[in-house]
Amino acid sequence: MKPRTMFEKIWEAHLVRPASADTPAILYVDLHLIHEVTSPQAFTWLREKNLEVRRPERTVATMDHSTPTTPRGRDGKIQVLDNAAALQIAALEKNCADFGIELHALGTEGQGIVHVIGPELGLTQPGAVIVCGDSHTSTHGAFGALAFGIGTSEVSHVLATQSLLQQPPKTLAVTIEGTLHPGVTAKDVILAVVARLGIGGGTGHVIEYRGSAIRALSMEERMTVCNMSIEAGARAGMIAPDETTFAYLKGRPRAPQGAAWDKAVAAWRSLPSDPGATFDREEKFDAAELEPMITYGTNPGMGISIGGPIPAPSNATAEKALAYMGLTGEKKLLGHKIDVVFIGSCTNSRLSDLRAAAGIFKGRKVAEGVRVLVVPGSQAIKKAAEAEGLDRVFRDAGADWREAGCSMCIAMNGDQLKPGQYAVSTSNRNFEGRQGAGGRTFLASPLTAAASAITGRITDAREMV
Amino acid sequence: MDKVNLITSRTVVLPVENVDTDQIIPARFLKATSKIGLGKNLFADWRFDASGNPKADFILNRPEASGAAILVAGDNFGCGSSREHAPWALHDYGFRAVVSTSIADIFRNNALKNGLVPVVVDPSVHAKLLAAPGGSVTISVEDQTLTLADGTRTSFPIDPFARFCLLNGVDELEFLLAQEPAIAAFEKSRAA
Repeated sequence: MKPRTMFEKIWEAHLVRPASADTPAILYVDLHLIHEVTSPQAFTWLREKNLEVRRPERTVATMDHSTPTTPRGRDGKIQVLDNAAALQIAALEKNCADFGIELHALGTEGQGIVHVIGPELGLTQPGAVIVCGDSHTSTHGAFGALAFGIGTSEVSHVLATQSLLQQPPKTLAVTIEGTLHPGVTAKDVILAVVARLGIGGGTGHVIEYRGSAIRALSMEERMTVCNMSIEAGARAGMIAPDETTFAYLKGRPRAPQGAAWDKAVAAWRSLPSDPGATFDREEKFDAAELEPMITYGTNPGMGISIGGPIPAPSNATAEKALAYMGLTGEKKLLGHKIDVVFIGSCTNSRLSDLRAAAGIFKGRKVAEGVRVLVVPGSQAIKKAAEAEGLDRVFRDAGADWREAGCSMCIAMNGDQLKPGQYAVSTSNRNFEGRQGAGGRTFLASPLTAAASAITGRITDAREMV
Repeated sequence: MDKVNLITSRTVVLPVENVDTDQIIPARFLKATSKIGLGKNLFADWRFDASGNPKADFILNRPEASGAAILVAGDNFGCGSSREHAPWALHDYGFRAVVSTSIADIFRNNALKNGLVPVVVDPSVHAKLLAAPGGSVTISVEDQTLTLADGTRTSFPIDPFARFCLLNGVDELEFLLAQEPAIAAFEKSRAA
């Protein structure tokens, strides 16, 4: 048998019907995650066509994008002051109730960012096809799943048929061998990959991240890497499941239990790409050459080593980006004054991210005039962080400690930059206005974000530990 | 979905690369629960100043852009989020085709489901389009061609099924629903 990539194995195992000359492949979906922003219209169309949700047990909903993360009121509830957001939240509640879909409602213990709770609950499993109306669905590929973002029309397709029409993508191996230097994190790895590929460089491809540096990453770190695959235009990113994956999943509420667990692990062991399997394209990196990264422009591909100079603009698009950012080519970013630090998002809001940031904040104070938001990715992470006192560390340093949600990554929930403000952000997008109209974003790791919060300037965290 | 075949219009040229979906429609406008009327928020932060007044130098605010149905933009149009609000907003505003040298995957998929034709042309034709803003262009979905006013004609790729759906006004969901026996058989085979 021809050696196959992990992508090919998962793809072929989910073909309801292969592609023909006239029609795309029909791909079966194992897990459909939904949230309040990209699902309401899909449910409207289902009602208009008098359709049912075909597999409600394969559908799980949460609220994250438009929900506030401000602290709870005295009644223990999270207040939704924005009328439009309240309507969207109510719509999801009604849709889930009417169609029999499991919902992790605002403030409940299972609620959080959709790409954080899937893995946390053990819903995200190797070999699965996972979709969600959100481009960062690529996160779930960290478990050796084929996971990608879809639009609202496709959300309706999956709700009604548990299937999708898909053209087969190409495969791209991103191989990173060697050992990362201390202070170089998974976020720096993916920012370096996106900087090399460029924001459109992975278009039409599914990335498989391979090599000793990838195998050495924890599950949370792998999620950070796969999360930003879409920032290179790739719809999905994936990492072969191994003992790290199995150890993370074992005992999680929705993971297989008992004999079913052993059977599942045996099947998962056959998923990694076969020796000799060929990819359409390969990019190689030396882990030892990677440094902490930061973006300087208005897309995630515009990244540099933290100590490096901003590239001189080579075309009108780069000039426009630097003009928006108020920056000059060939100058360094280190020491640039900032106004806000955001630690959170589906990229970097997990317990290990919060611990890394807390390690910098401990015994220090946020620089005067700098606003710092620390937003856990889920209610479970919030609880775990509080149990080990991380919330005290953040508060004592002068940071805000919030409820779970997307918060300032998407600026549609009350948390946003003011025009002109500079933020160091652990999120995934630095597009114009992404964090608030006129706001200017530097993407970086939790270590860089925390260190910059302390000094009020872009800072190399390696100088602080 | 309405049938789509011939689109003849003046072009609007937005010579910016990597136009992301946050520019096409900023996230704060995604709190809608309907897809109707999003055109008023299209390119909101490029079109309007902080007080909501139109910015005179933005192309969509210029008189020559009025009524145009073909948007010509820089490379990698529609990158970023999966929000279908982006093609909804473009279509609601009046655009029926987007022309670029490359178009992001999720945006392209979403556009095709909403009668917005994603047209990828080679850099030489693209350069001609950029050099002649407001020029008349005809796009034929049936022939998969784009024709400039000077007669230059180029073909563009489109997945045969998407082309069929556009030409016949077929909703992909109807097609998928008709595959019910195959889906049920697949589920049964996996449970075995």
